[in-house]
Amino acid sequence: MELTELTALELGAAIRRGEVSVPQAARAALEAVERQNGALNCFLTVTGERALARAEALQKGVKTANSPLYGVPMAWKDNICTKGVRTTCASRMLEDFTPPYDATAVERLEAAGALCLGKLNMDEFAMGSTSETSFFGPVRNPWDLERSPGGSSGGAAAAVSAGLGWYAVGSDTGGSIRQPAAHCGVTGIKPTYGTVSRYGLIAHASSLDQIGPLGRDAADCAAVLDLLQGRDRRDATSLDGDYGQLLSRLTGDVRGLRVGLPEQCFGDGLDDGVRRAVLAAAQVLKDRGAQLVELSFPVLEYAVPAYYIIASAEASSNLARYDGVKYGWRAREYGGLHELYTQSRTQGFGPEVKRRILLGTFVLSSGYYDAYYQKALQARAVIRNAFDEAFGRCDLLLTPVAPSTAPRLGESLGEPLKMYLGDIYTVPANLAGLPALSMPCGFDSQGLPIGAQLIGPRFGEGRLLNAAHAFQLDTDWHRRAPEGGKRT
Amino acid sequence: MEPINAWLVDELARLSRLSLPEEERRAMTAQLKRIVDYMDILGRLDTAGIEPLSHEAPVGNVLRPDVVEPSLDRGELLANAPAQDGEMFLTPRSVE
Repeated sequence: MELTELTALELGAAIRRGEVSVPQAARAALEAVERQNGALNCFLTVTGERALARAEALQKGVKTANSPLYGVPMAWKDNICTKGVRTTCASRMLEDFTPPYDATAVERLEAAGALCLGKLNMDEFAMGSTSETSFFGPVRNPWDLERSPGGSSGGAAAAVSAGLGWYAVGSDTGGSIRQPAAHCGVTGIKPTYGTVSRYGLIAHASSLDQIGPLGRDAADCAAVLDLLQGRDRRDATSLDGDYGQLLSRLTGDVRGLRVGLPEQCFGDGLDDGVRRAVLAAAQVLKDRGAQLVELSFPVLEYAVPAYYIIASAEASSNLARYDGVKYGWRAREYGGLHELYTQSRTQGFGPEVKRRILLGTFVLSSGYYDAYYQKALQARAVIRNAFDEAFGRCDLLLTPVAPSTAPRLGESLGEPLKMYLGDIYTVPANLAGLPALSMPCGFDSQGLPIGAQLIGPRFGEGRLLNAAHAFQLDTDWHRRAPEGGKRT
Repeated sequence: MEPINAWLVDELARLSRLSLPEEERRAMTAQLKRIVDYMDILGRLDTAGIEPLSHEAPVGNVLRPDVVEPSLDRGELLANAPAQDGEMFLTPRSVE
């Protein structure tokens, strides 16, 4: 059995038992990166030498290892700041940006013995659903190189799927962890807003952004999330909570769990193959003792417009900081100061980022603010209330992650609205700040992975992970790997 | 309200400090128009009496003890600047 076939927790256990050394694990991962990254374009930066040096240092401390993931090689989405390692947001704007500090998430995982292999490709500034808006070229889906891995954490999902590292940490503003996880056949979770510090996460839409793990199964995600969660005084929105018990609470017992199936999530616009696979997942949970509850979520159709108004508004404001002065791209030629700003931004940002900035500026402009931005915030409250109502009748919701499987490369770029509409099942959880998980639940007729989404109430991570764990005890979709990935 | 048109897109670009060449502006105008037209379905949602929700988190001030702590190193911070003189960021003259 090859090392890259193990889950992160299995590898961590093997390292602690002394069966595998940390340098051995690091070399196996770096070889997989070397072999496959040319085709997949997952990694924007590989920190090979640094990783090998760190592996040697970690090996010395193995006897006093303080976490189940000690020494396990992983990688970060390239919008999470890593001290001394360039962090580009897949944008020309930050092509040469080297953060002078670590994100809190990085500090926390490093303290638990995480071994970083490098930084992962993504949609530029996490704006996109296909990982094609990257300044450094698209990521390719390991299941079919002509297809997108989803986005925006496409590099993270593709890397985990293909065995280039045992887990990855990404970010999710409107589905950016869950949708690529679905398209690449891995498990990913967006935690409750405020449970993982955003300090050091390069801001896209601050009220929606959340950091979370992508892994090979629910147990791996639980172990990573146990390390990531916690209050941080450097993020004013981070919350106190009862953290750190997710992994130990995975019992697989879902007897009596009420699983809600919102009828609007299974209606028009959903591929038949996806519908069948997700409903079959519901049946697996039912067979383990869960109770299926049909319910209505009539406000679903307002989620995409509300999301894109709010996310673009916040993005236009967050991205105002890129002016070619303190860091980031500066145009070579300019007249005065204003032209320096304009030329630097025009050259530094790609088309999708510009579109969002313009859209955000539009919805915040006087004369349009009430009709769009204000209205979207009201719709957000309505959607939050609809979730409250739903969670009066069930313990979690089961829906598809995306209406269809991975699109062909190039298919989405010319039609932004169509791409936005594909986010219909994932954006509601961000608007309401709820935890939501994506797990592999089958394949379509073309052999592409399908994902099922579980959405829980605030702080419902344990419930979601346990339901996914239960599902994974009875299925093996999460164990399937693409051919190049050699996990089978 | 003014619908999305080339003039408005120019104005949005000016406010956003972006410059759009003619062809890009034309494409952007058409795309933004389609997106905003779609967003108009929000008008069908009855939101009378609904308080806007800008944030799901209970946010308050976060205070730390009032003691001096080192901040990030100036040299490290300046290292990412496109133009600097070791002490300050450099920009073209903004006041004549």
